[in-house]
Amino acid sequence: MPLRLLRFALSKEHKEPRFFRERPELKDKYDAVIIGGGGHGLACAYYLARDHGITNVAVLEQGYIGGGNTGRNTTIVRSNYLTPEGVQFYDKSVKLFEELSEDLDINLFYSTRGHFTLAHNESSLRTMRWRAEVNKHYGIDSEVVDRQAVHEACPPLDLECGGQNPVMGALYHAPGSVVRHDAVAWGYGRGADERGVEIHQKTAVTDIKVEAGKVRGVQTNRGFIHTDTVISMVAGFTPRITSMVGIDTPIEIHPLQACVTEPMKPWLDSIIVSGSLHVYVSQSSRGELVMGASLDPATLHSTRSTLGFVEHLSDYMLDLFPFLSGIKVMRQWAGMADMTPDFAPIMGTTDIEGFYLDAGWGTWGFKATPVSGKTMAASVAAGRNDPLIEPFRLSRFADFQLVGERGAASIGH
Amino acid sequence: MKLLNCPHLGARPENEFTYGGEVRVQPDPDTSSDAQWADYVFNRQGRPGTHHEWWYHNPTGIWFIAERDTITDRFLRIELASPERLKEAGHG
Repeated sequence: MPLRLLRFALSKEHKEPRFFRERPELKDKYDAVIIGGGGHGLACAYYLARDHGITNVAVLEQGYIGGGNTGRNTTIVRSNYLTPEGVQFYDKSVKLFEELSEDLDINLFYSTRGHFTLAHNESSLRTMRWRAEVNKHYGIDSEVVDRQAVHEACPPLDLECGGQNPVMGALYHAPGSVVRHDAVAWGYGRGADERGVEIHQKTAVTDIKVEAGKVRGVQTNRGFIHTDTVISMVAGFTPRITSMVGIDTPIEIHPLQACVTEPMKPWLDSIIVSGSLHVYVSQSSRGELVMGASLDPATLHSTRSTLGFVEHLSDYMLDLFPFLSGIKVMRQWAGMADMTPDFAPIMGTTDIEGFYLDAGWGTWGFKATPVSGKTMAASVAAGRNDPLIEPFRLSRFADFQLVGERGAASIGH
Repeated sequence: MKLLNCPHLGARPENEFTYGGEVRVQPDPDTSSDAQWADYVFNRQGRPGTHHEWWYHNPTGIWFIAERDTITDRFLRIELASPERLKEAGHG
């Protein structure tokens, strides 16, 4: 037993340092207020403090940190997107993730697995060749492989898929990884706290005060805060925040469900995705299969999960892996995904001075945690959009300049 | 299985229905500005509440306009799609 544990056993006071300080009072004024204490919000606070010296910052979280979509995703990190804008953005995120355990001094269990997106028909293969060429152009390790390569990487996978949807090949992305998502939030939270940022849990924003097109402050359930800068990083709650400042967006909320099986001995070391079968699956370091499927078809502001979801997912999982028929599903849950029409995020400045939006994270937000924090912090510090996020600005819809990323989404659609 | 209690068809399994999105009233393409058109094409009422929505019943091919609470997922009103109903439901 480590001595550290023994010390706790003998001590009446548990002095193990907390990840961040409990702040009893809200201050009257902050230089910046971040709404949402998930990965994105805490990462933004961390980079504001570390890279730009802006430390008089409050992160307001209505629940507890990392309790929203940061803790509800299937933890996959990859950069094999379809558009040049998306590929460069997510590539930066993967690079930040690879260094993040050391940067934050916390073991994130960052585990590079290799990521297979299966093709079951010619049109999927065609999109994959397209993706691979865009990826390679930007230096991303990404290639189309044949079904034999899939078999060698994952022998238990039934390449015939029960005869209905035989695997014809796959897009292989070697840097594809999984990472412990809670620790990403904790690590960023601790790093931000150490640099003076205040993290306030159970603090809900009820209104945002705007005067003459400028942000003046936020009303919370614990009182009013004066500030000229508000950054909304609330994923599925985005429409409630944007309606406080009167901004219209294309965002609609759909539940995205996921589940895990009981733990098994390790047998799956790669990440397997099939858009046609509405499945993505990896095996966690605890041995559970972490599985996701497709969005619920109708909008819903709820994190309820359904039997129908598990039935459909199991159906397709058994096409891929028939030997799992005796394995039990242990837990299921849902997150509220803030979907955009082009499957790309909405980031940066808005028509309201001092109001910044980091939203539209739909089903692709977790993997962007480091880069969104870094680029949003840079945009806030400079007062204009970082070049990397300029294509994702809210005004792209009014300009009819969409970033069509739908073909690179893992979720079924 | 979740049942949808439709006043026109009776109680039917919810998976017989397909969600068709929010009811929007199309502005006149000849007179609307680019901004109005972009607003119509892209922007949606994303916040929770009672939404007016298109729902399609696959077996019968009937389109409905429904009012649904998007927090509780309860249908409050289901009507056949008609020009009058469309006008009433439209926010535009």
